[in-house]
Amino acid sequence: MREITYLEAVREAMTQEMERDEKVFLIGEDVGQYGGAFGASFGMLEKFGPDRILDTPITELGLTGAATGAALVGMRPIAEIMFMDFLTLASEQLVNQAAKLRFMFGGRATVPMVLRTPAGSGTGAAEHHSQSLENWFAHIPGLKVVMPSTPYDAKGLLISSIRDNNAVVFVEHKLLYKTKGPVPEEPYAIPLGQADVKREGKDLTIVATSVMVSRALEAAKTLAEEGIDVEIVDPRTIRPLDAEPIIQSVIKTGRVLIVHEAVKMGGYGGELAATIAESRAFGYLDAPIVRLAGRDIPIPYNRTLELSAVPQVPDIIAKAREIVQGKV
Amino acid sequence: MSNEMYLEWYRQLVMIRRFEQKSSEMYQLGKIGGFLHLYIGQEAIAVGSVAARQENDHVITAYRDHAHALVVGIEPKLIMAEMFGKVTGVSKGKGGSMHLADVNRRFWGGYAVVGGHLPLATGLALAEQYKHTDSATLCYFGDGSTNIGYFHESLNLAGTWQLPVLFICENNQYGMGTAVARASAVTAIVDKAKAYGLPASQVDGMNVMKVYEATQKALAAIRAGEGPQFLEMITYRFEGHSMGDPLRYRSSEEVEKWREDDPIGILERHLLSEKLADKATLEQIDKSVEQELEAAVKFAEESPLPSADDLFAHIYVEA
Repeated sequence: MREITYLEAVREAMTQEMERDEKVFLIGEDVGQYGGAFGASFGMLEKFGPDRILDTPITELGLTGAATGAALVGMRPIAEIMFMDFLTLASEQLVNQAAKLRFMFGGRATVPMVLRTPAGSGTGAAEHHSQSLENWFAHIPGLKVVMPSTPYDAKGLLISSIRDNNAVVFVEHKLLYKTKGPVPEEPYAIPLGQADVKREGKDLTIVATSVMVSRALEAAKTLAEEGIDVEIVDPRTIRPLDAEPIIQSVIKTGRVLIVHEAVKMGGYGGELAATIAESRAFGYLDAPIVRLAGRDIPIPYNRTLELSAVPQVPDIIAKAREIVQGKV
Repeated sequence: MSNEMYLEWYRQLVMIRRFEQKSSEMYQLGKIGGFLHLYIGQEAIAVGSVAARQENDHVITAYRDHAHALVVGIEPKLIMAEMFGKVTGVSKGKGGSMHLADVNRRFWGGYAVVGGHLPLATGLALAEQYKHTDSATLCYFGDGSTNIGYFHESLNLAGTWQLPVLFICENNQYGMGTAVARASAVTAIVDKAKAYGLPASQVDGMNVMKVYEATQKALAAIRAGEGPQFLEMITYRFEGHSMGDPLRYRSSEEVEKWREDDPIGILERHLLSEKLADKATLEQIDKSVEQELEAAVKFAEESPLPSADDLFAHIYVEA
């Protein structure tokens, strides 16, 4: 199969959906002439024109509200927020409005929109351009939160998100943009709320999201050489969560390590750990449920400090060994 | 202006006034919970401006929304039932007083984060611009909202993209208990709009005829392609911000002075002096409003409560 990058997969999903449905448009800061801060929409202005690729002022709150309002009257906007950190500015419209209008008006309104945003550290972008805030939004009934970890998932999940009749937060990872993988040329949809087993194994389950999936896969290679056979489950959407494959995996391996980039305190790992502990998998556990997550600090600029702030491959290897060797 | 139109305005003004009084009564009886914000004193704005809209225009407003809901045509009983928390309410008992909406009437509801609906209004207008229709969006908000970021981001976006939106500021002199001059560096709200290139004018918000004329002119300008417009309606709320407001921030002399400009009185005097209606006709309208409201309360009382199943309904669109 043809291989393209994660970034190209995102662009292809948007392009194909815009070709299919005139109600879909892209709105965001520098998405048009500039082509998107990371180039996600590069060339789309030339293809679709300024009526469908809308360059906004610097107005996260305003553009998120404009997208929400347009969605209320039947459009299917894709809003790009240049960095997830800026979702703090957009969050009022997302949390109080987009997520709640359907419920608040007794089911009489729908908000079919997607809010795409790049998250995560690893680019030296420092405190204001590196956060992973997905759990803020996973906490909100009425929103869906999607976190693709591969080019294939990025395309299929973005197509589903655009076709979904709810407000979807689509979290892309900056470090994944340049990663390549097989992606079908034709449009295809991966259902939201469907976890994926990225690697099968019998000794330890690793539940990882976004960029941590690829780090876990790399760690698994080293661990395999040591005779530790790791299974990796990627929830792909954290709201709704497809818990069953995770539970089944933990029942099989008896051990689980949860890995995400966001700060551990109040992070999604707590939700995953509780989901496992509350399930029938609890009785099968041979070791405590362990979380490996971002340190309890903002993301620093300095390269060494930045790398230490979030889980890296050696951290995953070390933690997996500890669990399997009964040292936790 | 036809006689029927004047009489309809009179009916709507009286309906809003009496609806609010009835709501207040029901609140005190414990039939309505939460917050309740009365529109008494400001009636001419909702009546005169919505009268000027065309059917495909959108309406969106803040939490003081009973009047807008009534004038777009939602039956009083459906609003009363909503405030009673009944499943027959316009938002199925889930929104209450502050979140009335009827999408079929293009009324996108009441919003209770001050200013939070202004960005949504730009979105409604953007969608119509995108579809190349002649629909405009009427967006209502109070003077207090003009100090928050939403206002400035929305006016800037509307001005930049020339969106078909009419911003209607209902300047009732106070954001909750804070007077305009204590909260706004610029006390003429129109000046804030002008900063974003929007044609803006002040209107006597107590006079329904003046409100209608100004709105009609502004909507015509939007439809002529002149871009977003701004009206500052000068008005006053005769009652407190919400129920239980101790009213420590204004004098009773001030309130009494504004009450001389009662919007119902202004129209009534005009109708009688110009011989457009006689006293008996107006009394007949008053009586029919009273009957409709009694029926509305009865309907709300007798309506069923939401069921346990309703709790989880309407969070997501399934499939």
